Amino acid sequence: MTLHTGAAELVFDNVSKSYAGRDVAAVSSLTLEIPAGTFCVLVGPSGGGKTTALKMVNRLIPFDDGDIRIDGRSVRELPAAELRRGIGYVIQQGGLFPHMTVGENIAVVPKLVGWQRARIDERTSELLELVGLEQADAARYPAQLSGGQRQRVGLARALAVDPPLLLMDEPFGALDPITRARLQAELRRLHREVRKTVIFVTHDIDEAIMMGDRIAILREGGVLAQYDTPDAILAHPADDFVSQFIGEDRALRRLALRTLADVELTPGSGTNSSVRVSSRTTVRNAVSLLLESDADHLVVENDDGTTRGVFRWHDAAELL
Amino acid sequence: MIVAGAFTGAFGFIAHNPGFLATKALELLELAGAALLVAAVVALPAGIVLGHLHRGSTVAIGSSIVGRALPSLVLIGVFLTVLGIGFVNNMAALAVLATGPMLTNAFEGIDRVEQDLVGAARGLGMTGWQVLTRIELPLALPLIFTGIRISAVTVVATAPIAAVAGGGGLGDVIVNQASYRLTGVLGASICVMALSAGVYLALVGVQRAVTPRGLRVTMVPEVQRGKESV
Amino acid sequence: MTRFASGPVIPNFGQGSSCVRGDHTFCWDWVRSHWSDTLAPALVQHLELVAIAIAIGFVIAFALALFTHRAHAFDQPIGVFSALLYTVPSLALFQLLVPFTGITTTTVEVALVAYTLVVLYPNISAGLRSPPPDVIEAARGMGLTPRQILWRVELPLAVPAIIAGLRIAVVSTISIATIAAFLLPKGLGYPIFVALGAPTPFKTEIYSAGALAIGLALVCDTLLLLLRRILVPWASPRVA
Repeated sequence: MTLHTGAAELVFDNVSKSYAGRDVAAVSSLTLEIPAGTFCVLVGPSGGGKTTALKMVNRLIPFDDGDIRIDGRSVRELPAAELRRGIGYVIQQGGLFPHMTVGENIAVVPKLVGWQRARIDERTSELLELVGLEQADAARYPAQLSGGQRQRVGLARALAVDPPLLLMDEPFGALDPITRARLQAELRRLHREVRKTVIFVTHDIDEAIMMGDRIAILREGGVLAQYDTPDAILAHPADDFVSQFIGEDRALRRLALRTLADVELTPGSGTNSSVRVSSRTTVRNAVSLLLESDADHLVVENDDGTTRGVFRWHDAAELL
Repeated sequence: MIVAGAFTGAFGFIAHNPGFLATKALELLELAGAALLVAAVVALPAGIVLGHLHRGSTVAIGSSIVGRALPSLVLIGVFLTVLGIGFVNNMAALAVLATGPMLTNAFEGIDRVEQDLVGAARGLGMTGWQVLTRIELPLALPLIFTGIRISAVTVVATAPIAAVAGGGGLGDVIVNQASYRLTGVLGASICVMALSAGVYLALVGVQRAVTPRGLRVTMVPEVQRGKESV
Repeated sequence: MTRFASGPVIPNFGQGSSCVRGDHTFCWDWVRSHWSDTLAPALVQHLELVAIAIAIGFVIAFALALFTHRAHAFDQPIGVFSALLYTVPSLALFQLLVPFTGITTTTVEVALVAYTLVVLYPNISAGLRSPPPDVIEAARGMGLTPRQILWRVELPLAVPAIIAGLRIAVVSTISIATIAAFLLPKGLGYPIFVALGAPTPFKTEIYSAGALAIGLALVCDTLLLLLRRILVPWASPRVA
């Protein structure tokens, strides 16, 4: 079996699936092109078919019509088990094997594809560091780890043979908000480092906006409502369903996607009593600060302390 | 064929000696019943109380383990030497055998009642005794009855062996092949089996009658589904 | 009082020390002098009976469990059959088998195997089903074939349940095997019978054979417990 490093392009070509006895299809003529290296989020309400669509990629759920292609090859070409070894898969509850140590869990697929012991050990070390765990954790059992740690192991395990494609099914759903936020940030960082193609399923639009390079919104019946960058979706929702789904505060959410460094500031340095903020502050937080303080402007500083400019209300509006 | 002959003979024996077998069966049930009663009087309250207090699990669970390791024949032999021949020694031996399952199951039944429910009951203002009688006991009934059933079947199954120590009952026939021939022995064995099954079914019936309706309704098993409803 | 009237009563109290003649509670001299001709052979025979029954019973139970693991339809009937078999008293079962296999070791073994099966099959079956669904899904999603999932995930995770079943089966079989003495002069039950059949039941023989049987059961139980500790390191660690 050939291993690619790097990332794969994933294409859904008119894929459909229905279950017998139900009027609404699970997935309807889904067509989606996901370029290599993209972090693509599938989001939508329950019944929208997003998990189904995900599981059709590694054939845990068979599809009725259409095709799914990875780097041009149909997923139906290879035997299922072989296909899956080349795709990373992370699920919500982790699914770590309780009878194996962390190290042994990570080593499952490498052993299946015949790696040597030395290579497996090296890779395990590498992965533990990558996902933010200690080397000593390799000898521990899942029962000894916290929920957040287990999800990190799940991620490491999925990345073990360096697959070009990673499938993640609501991986942070079962975690408390603090751990979830931390892992979300780390996954973003990881993706910037290791540019693989990731398909990430969630029902949480905020998570989608935060994580995704591209977002695919699926409505009930597995119909694609919109597929675009977060900013584009927020700026121009395709229809009422999408507007409702992303929420009435979409303008504010758009502001959360930019920092003050992206804004064209008014030249100036304010007064001595002005509130000063870093250029890394998101525009949304800056607006919030403006509301809080009584001022009509904020002074924006660079990291080194030099003044960058002054931020006023209408500077925010310009962005939109 | 020998087999067919033996079994027809066995049924013939039963058909020809109904009164005798009935008397013997009753003797056996008397012995078994007495043993079960004595054991129940000790084991059930103990198990229930320990379970309610969540104490003494080693004893409660250990009693079954130890009980299993005590061969019935050994118990009968020992009690014979200590208490002489007759009814009491066998009843005592069988009672020892019957204690384990009832103690363990009563303990586990009460101990395992969801603590959330107990907490809710306490929160409503129930005393310990009320919690025990209104919440824990009804919920623990299935397990308690299982324990009683296991003990009952064990005792009925072991009682024939007591015949060697003066226990009487159907065992008298089974161990006495010289007098009753194979057909008699087989016939009595079939009767013991029937008794055993009968006791089992009777207790299942009692359990059903005593279980609160809410618990009797079977739950439709939840099919494991992912987040998606599809 | 009913006498145990079948089988020879071998008067093996020998020359009888004063202890024996007086039938004191326990005579060590008797134990010492009759260890090799009465107690030890009985112990060995007992072990043999049990070992064969467990070995055969385990193999059959295991095969059956693997079979119903894939073919769920058979689960119910086998379960019901096991429950029925459970209610059959051991002595009755022995006797019922006699027309088929005579008064031989085979009869005893068939019955012992049957009782072993009744305990082992449900335990192995439940053990195979114990992994939580997300573990199995992850395994499938990672690319393990059904056979690989069986050998690398389901079976290892079934070990605790299997050993629990073995503990119960071994101890019960040791206990039931004493009844075999009703049929054959074998096992630790036999000396007890002999002693019960004497004009005055001979205490020492009963106690020593009994102690051996109980001791054997406890030793086996402990050994299996140790085995479990060795095989299942992942069940003991406490959550961080």
